Amino acid sequence: MAALIEIRGLTKRFGGFTAVDDVSFNVERGEVLGFLGPNGAGKTTTMRMLAGFVTPTAGSAAVAGHDVAAEPVPARRALGFLPEGAPTYPEMTVAGFLRFTARIRGYGGSELASRVAAAIALTELQSVRLQPVETLSKGFKRRVGLAQALLHDPPVLVLDEPTDGLDPNQKHEVRTLIRRLAPEKAIVISTHILEEVEAVCTRAIIIAAGRIVADDTPAALAARDPSGRLEEVFRAITRPAVLARAA
Amino acid sequence: MRNIFVIAGRELAGYFATPVAAVFIVIFLVLQGVLTFNAGGFFTRGQADLVPFFEFLPWVFLLLVPAISMRLWAEERRLGTIELLLTLPVTDAEAVIGKFLAAWLFCIIALALTFPFVITVNILGSPDNGVIAAGYLGGVLVSGAFLAVGSATSAMTKNQVIAFVLGVAISFVFAVSGYSVVTDFLDRNLPVLASIARGFSVIQRFRAISQGLLSLSDVVFFASFICFWLFLNVIVVDHRKAS
Repeated sequence: MAALIEIRGLTKRFGGFTAVDDVSFNVERGEVLGFLGPNGAGKTTTMRMLAGFVTPTAGSAAVAGHDVAAEPVPARRALGFLPEGAPTYPEMTVAGFLRFTARIRGYGGSELASRVAAAIALTELQSVRLQPVETLSKGFKRRVGLAQALLHDPPVLVLDEPTDGLDPNQKHEVRTLIRRLAPEKAIVISTHILEEVEAVCTRAIIIAAGRIVADDTPAALAARDPSGRLEEVFRAITRPAVLARAA
Repeated sequence: MRNIFVIAGRELAGYFATPVAAVFIVIFLVLQGVLTFNAGGFFTRGQADLVPFFEFLPWVFLLLVPAISMRLWAEERRLGTIELLLTLPVTDAEAVIGKFLAAWLFCIIALALTFPFVITVNILGSPDNGVIAAGYLGGVLVSGAFLAVGSATSAMTKNQVIAFVLGVAISFVFAVSGYSVVTDFLDRNLPVLASIARGFSVIQRFRAISQGLLSLSDVVFFASFICFWLFLNVIVVDHRKAS
């Protein structure tokens, strides 16, 4: 069976600036891929192309066998996407917002109610379900975005910085949730937090200046440096590319 | 189809969840009231009709309708929710049409709340209610035309002020294009454009409808006008969604 996420030669240029340069990888069911890189390396752009929000300059991306450009709607049905910054409609209540995304995803009646209730339970939003999103703290907002991505139990999850702004307890809970979902899904998370990669990811891709510079298990990556610390490896790998682009 | 209504429903609820709806409706009704009764000489004319009301309606719409449409896309872009909306399983066209319909329905609600004018003329005399109904239909069409323009300009920017000003400016061009100041000038200098300008005059066509002259060509004009701007809107959304 084909991989749930297939990315082939994905490239994005903004004018003369190449944000993503010939990126290719697959993600299989059961894999949690950590997508790492310095700011501006092209993580978010790659994820946006995978979600069909940014049109690639070249290359292709497919979700669950559906090309995101040729079959956008089936591809998006199979995808749960948490955009960068977890945007939500501020005036809507948590439950109202989730009901909206559930309706868009084709649910109705009791199925809709149970999907929304399950997503709220999974992300522990019960206490704020009737509050407008704009009144919530950053951590709660992030969880609303996460609930929206998980609502339809998609085979593919793409989460752009899912734990950004969460406190240590909430980070732990989200990581536990990701690990629990992992066996059934293909998951891509982008993060700056290297310990998160070691905690939840089965595989890590490091991207710098738009190119993949490393693709391995977190343990094997960490072992590349005598110190055995992923942080040192990350610095050693990404700094030359960042400096080269600046020059 | 279903997605269009889901998006329209969310959008319409959004108007009423914020003060936008109340402010718009109150200002619209006050403006229409003042202009009709005072500036329009409703009582001194001694005629039981709504001519002064419909005389001012397109100009009030020109000012207020872009204020409704300006948030449609600019707000999504500013909040980043455009990334959420357009990565849900909906097409760009469904999102554009859904948002437009919500704004249009909102304008129709505001227009419907002017019903006391109709009651007033019916108490004071015996107006031709068919002509009044035609005037309301014309009002709905004009608001739709200005909304479609405003929705497209809203998709071009994340700044609502720019969206509003562009919307008013472009709508204004189509509002005045049939006026003699414009057409006489064009007749003298560019005769080819003069007839085109007359043909695109939103207000001239509205006047004809509000006098009870409901012709198919006017309805087709408004339908095509709205479709053209919505089509442009879809293209702009598709090309600029991530920028």
